[in-house]
Amino acid sequence: MSAFQLLNGLTYAALLFVVASGFTLIFGLLRIVNLAHGALYLLGGYIGFAVATRTGSFALGGLGAMAAIAAVGFVLDQGLLRFVRGNELRQVLLTLGFAFVLDDMALVIWGGDSFTVPIPQMLKGGMRVFGVFYPTYRLFVLATGIAVFAGLWLLLNHTRLGALIRAGVDDAEMVEASGVNIRRVFLVTFLLGSALAGLGGLMGGAFLSLYPSADAEILVFSLAIVIIGGRGSLVGVGVGSLLVGLLNTLGQVMFPELAYFVIFGPMALLLAFRPLGLFGRAATS
Amino acid sequence: MTDAGPQPIKIAGMTSRAIVVVVIVLAIAAALPLVLSNYQIGLATEMLIFGVLAMSIDILAGFAGRTSLGHGAIFGVSGYVVVYASAQVGLSPAAAIPLGIIAATLVAIIFALLAVRTSGVYFLLLTLALGMIVWGICLRWTQVTGGENGLRGDVRPAFLVGHRGFYWAVLVATALVSYAMWRFVRSPFGLTLLGIRDSESRMKSLGYNVPLHLFVGFAVSGFFAGIAGALYAMFNNFVSPSTVALGQSVEGVLMMIAGGVGTLFGGFVGAAAIITLENVVSAYTERWQTVLGLTFIVIMIFAPDGIIGTLRAILPRSGRTKDRYIGN
Repeated sequence: MSAFQLLNGLTYAALLFVVASGFTLIFGLLRIVNLAHGALYLLGGYIGFAVATRTGSFALGGLGAMAAIAAVGFVLDQGLLRFVRGNELRQVLLTLGFAFVLDDMALVIWGGDSFTVPIPQMLKGGMRVFGVFYPTYRLFVLATGIAVFAGLWLLLNHTRLGALIRAGVDDAEMVEASGVNIRRVFLVTFLLGSALAGLGGLMGGAFLSLYPSADAEILVFSLAIVIIGGRGSLVGVGVGSLLVGLLNTLGQVMFPELAYFVIFGPMALLLAFRPLGLFGRAATS
Repeated sequence: MTDAGPQPIKIAGMTSRAIVVVVIVLAIAAALPLVLSNYQIGLATEMLIFGVLAMSIDILAGFAGRTSLGHGAIFGVSGYVVVYASAQVGLSPAAAIPLGIIAATLVAIIFALLAVRTSGVYFLLLTLALGMIVWGICLRWTQVTGGENGLRGDVRPAFLVGHRGFYWAVLVATALVSYAMWRFVRSPFGLTLLGIRDSESRMKSLGYNVPLHLFVGFAVSGFFAGIAGALYAMFNNFVSPSTVALGQSVEGVLMMIAGGVGTLFGGFVGAAAIITLENVVSAYTERWQTVLGLTFIVIMIFAPDGIIGTLRAILPRSGRTKDRYIGN
């Protein structure tokens, strides 16, 4: 693998990390497998695209995408999921229905064309790293991925909210019994996870472009990452993203038509030995 | 099964009352083409085929407690192989169809090997991811699958080209397959699946090899989904990535749930309901996906037991325990 391809894999992994970390936060704490996460990513991309082209500001596009997707997440959680709390299968299937609606609505509004979010002037062009000339924007994605990892790590390990989230992942009932309003922690986590999907949509929209089946591709990678990394583990998402991102790039170079198949191998191997993923722990309840 | 009193006489495993019901239902189903238009006969054929798919999903969901979101892929692989074998390789339908069913069973075996150690949401996630990998391959492996354009080819043998003839052929196949599935879930082996659904640890401590039983259950379920896929390939003479897409699995699961999880024959009720809805809706709007999604949300919130399950809850029959299968 050349340095160029390695960078491709790393930057793709960074994007996947941003999206999948939101997915696993929600899965880890709320036990909700949000199959609308891919749709939220795509919708975030579209909204970010709309805001960024109207205002001419990439940063505003990012904020707009995160705010709008957090709002959609609010509707999903408070408007629909509240009716099926505590029932994992019904929750999953409900989010799937929600994803179908979102995708179809996005198709109505933006049609079947593919869009590319405009990259700000200062991130255009390329620069020389590790002896290759590489697009600056993709390096920016890599940096953002690392920043999100650092931010989430600080949030989870050095704030009260983070301590509550970690405690909730292990045993939500005990947290509630000790006088914490766990519902509010759940809601904040859900909004944060959704916002990360929105941010991912904008970032991905600028180099992968946005088109109607982009959500399914991101969703299957997010699933693979969570299956590999384990439920609710930040390090797990990081390792899973790196594995999936690098393998996917390697696969596209070596067997372009069967690239999907390449993430299947490690997933299968892993499941044979660790059904809960690399960093997953059995649920205590 | 410890019935007190005299055992009712059973023919082929069915009580005489059940046989009367089956004969009446089959007679009505067989007479339908005489009164329906060609378009409606097509819809009825589709209902039968998707009923088989929904039942195959129910074998796992209703009887083993494992909801699969990968059956659309198994179904679609069978369709792809049947169309490819007959249109590209030039095999006769008699050879192409078994090939398709074998391919689907093999895919199900691969899925099963990975999935049997998981349960609940993990099973759902894993089958979903596996199904999407199949979709990705069908989309990208352009040389073989035709990519987004899919594959087209006449699969039906000459004597089944007419709408009525084909409907009757599908009806016969459906009846045989449904009977086989019914015998399967009521067999001693099928009962072990029920045991696993209710308490995996208990079955384990009774000495059953739980993963092996789930593996066989999954493979059998995939075999039946493959039959449905082969029938669909003959019906449509066309396969495309959307045949193996998540949407296909989701429709199958929705039909199964709409009919009633664990009711087996509810699959036909669900298939009929969803296909009717699809056609009614399509007359007014192109937004079938939205309606499908909304239907899913509404059923999950208000009627997770499906049509038959809800009816059973309203009209309780003596001796039947009311289970909320999806409630665990």
